[in-house]
Amino acid sequence: MLDGSRGGAGPGVPMVSIRGLRKSYGGHLVLDDVDLEVGAAEVVVIAGPSGSGKSTLCRCINRLEVPDSGEVTIGGQPVPLEGRQLARIRAEVGMVFQQFNLFAHRTVLENVALGPVKVLRQRPAQARQRAQELLDRVGVGAQAAKYPAQLSGGQQQRVAIARSLAMDPKVMLFDEPTSALDPEMINEVLDVMKSLARDGMTMIVVTHEMGFARSAADRVVFMDAGRIVEQAPPEQFFSAPRSQRAQDFLSKILIHS
Amino acid sequence: MSVLTQHLPQLLDGLLSTCLLMVLSFAGSLAIGVLVAAARVSPVRSLRAAATGYVELFQNIPLLVWLLLFVFALPEVGVIFPLFTTAVIVLALYEAAYMAEAIRSGINSVGRGQAEAARSLGLTTPQTLRHVVLPQALRSVVQPIGNVLIALTMNTSLAAAVGVVELTHAANEVNLAEAQPIPVFVGAGLAYMAVTLTIGLTTGLIERKVAIVR
Ligand SMILES: Nc1ncnc2c1ncn2[C@@H]1O[C@H](COP(=O)(O)OP(=O)(O)OP(=O)(O)O)[C@@H](O)[C@H]1O
Ligand SMILES: [Mg+2]
Repeated sequence: MLDGSRGGAGPGVPMVSIRGLRKSYGGHLVLDDVDLEVGAAEVVVIAGPSGSGKSTLCRCINRLEVPDSGEVTIGGQPVPLEGRQLARIRAEVGMVFQQFNLFAHRTVLENVALGPVKVLRQRPAQARQRAQELLDRVGVGAQAAKYPAQLSGGQQQRVAIARSLAMDPKVMLFDEPTSALDPEMINEVLDVMKSLARDGMTMIVVTHEMGFARSAADRVVFMDAGRIVEQAPPEQFFSAPRSQRAQDFLSKILIHS
Repeated sequence: MSVLTQHLPQLLDGLLSTCLLMVLSFAGSLAIGVLVAAARVSPVRSLRAAATGYVELFQNIPLLVWLLLFVFALPEVGVIFPLFTTAVIVLALYEAAYMAEAIRSGINSVGRGQAEAARSLGLTTPQTLRHVVLPQALRSVVQPIGNVLIALTMNTSLAAAVGVVELTHAANEVNLAEAQPIPVFVGAGLAYMAVTLTIGLTTGLIERKVAIVR
C-alpha cells in the first residue's frame, strides 16, 4: 500500500550514504568522522547514551544541522548545500520529531495536505483525499478536522507520521518518536512504525525502545561520544555486544525497560 | 458647544481625513512591517543587516523630522507628491519600523520546531515563513499591532504641522476663527479617543477570533 522503496537508488546504491561526517559546536566535537550506509527498505535503529550525537546525526542527514565536513547522499544524489535543490531533497526525506511539531494553526488534515500542495504542487482536493487516507491508515482519520492541541500525544505523533508519508519519502528519520509520550501511548506509535517497516520503508530510527529494535530493525547502530562504536543485527547486538560501552549501555537500559 | 455644531462639516471633514490617513498608512506599515520582519529573520546576512538598518533609521529620527524632510526636502531634488500622499508614505514608512519589531517578537514566539518541520517537508524558507511561521506569529501579536495602530492614529496629528488638513488642523482653524479653544480641542480630543477606543475593542475581538487552539 505504501511504496516505501520509491525509486532513485539503483541496484547496489545505498538509499542513504554518510561519509566522514563531522560536526562540532564551539570546539566540542559532536560527530567525529561518522560513516553509515543504509540500504533500500532497511530499518536501522540508532542507540546510544544521551549526548552521543544521535539527534545531530539525524539532523545532518537532511541538513537541518549543517555539518562541518563530510558528505551525505540520498538515493545516490548528494544533498545540496542550500536553496531550492536542498528543499527538493528534504521533500524526499521524512522526519518525525520527538515533540511532534504539528503546525498548531492548521487542522490535522491541513497539516498532512500542506506539503503535497505547496511542495509537490498537487491539487488541494487530491491532496486532502490522500491525507484522509493516510490518517485512516495510522488510525486517526476521525480526528481530521481537529487542531493538533486537541489530540493526545500518541495521536499527534501518528499525524506527524502521516504528514511525512504524504510526501512519499524515500527514507524516514525518527528522532526519539516515543520519548515524549505517556507509556500507554507508546505502542500505538510503534505499531504504525512497525507496519511501515513491513511495507518496505527505509527507516533510520533513534530510539530507546529496544523492543522495537528487536522486532523491527535489521541493524542496530550503537553510538558513543560522536562515533559509531559498533553495529550488528539486533539479536547479535543484544545477546553479545562486543564493546564495553555497549555492554554498559545495555545493562542500564534493559534494567529500566 | 454651538461652536462645534456650527463648524461640524469642517470638523467632520478633518476627522474623515484623519481616518483616511490612518487606514492607508496602517495598510502600508503592515505590509512593509511584515517584509522588514521577514528580512530580519532571514538566513541572508545582507537582508538582515538592511532590515536592522531600516528599523534603527526610523526609530531614531523623530516623525516630525521625517515629515518635514519629505515635504520640504524631496521637492528640492525633484520628487513631488501631493501633500496628503506624502504624509501617508511617511507615516507608513515610520510606523513600519515599529510594526516590524512587533511582528518579529511574534516570529520569535513561534517554536523552532514549527519551522524545522516545515523545512523538513521541503518548504523553502519563504514558504516556511508564509505558510507556517507568519500565520502563527501574526495571531500572537494582534494586540501589539493594535497598539502600533493607536500610536499611528495619534501621530497622524503631526501631519497638521506640514499643512495636511486633518482633524487637528481643522480644529486649529476653527479655533483661530472662533477663539474658543476649550470646546474645540476637547471635542477634537474626544474624537481621537473614540477612534482609538474603537481600535482597542476591535483588536480584542480579532484576537479572540484568531486565537490558536492550544
Ligand atoms: N545546537 C547546539 N548547540 C550546542 N551544543 C549542542 C547543540 N545541539 C547539540 N549539542 C550538543 O551536542 C552533543 C550531542 O547532542 P545530540 O542531541 O546529538 O545527542 P543525542 O545523542 O541525541 O542525545 P539525547 O539522547 O539526549 O537526545 C551534546 O553534548 C549536546 O549538548
Ligand atoms: Mg537526541
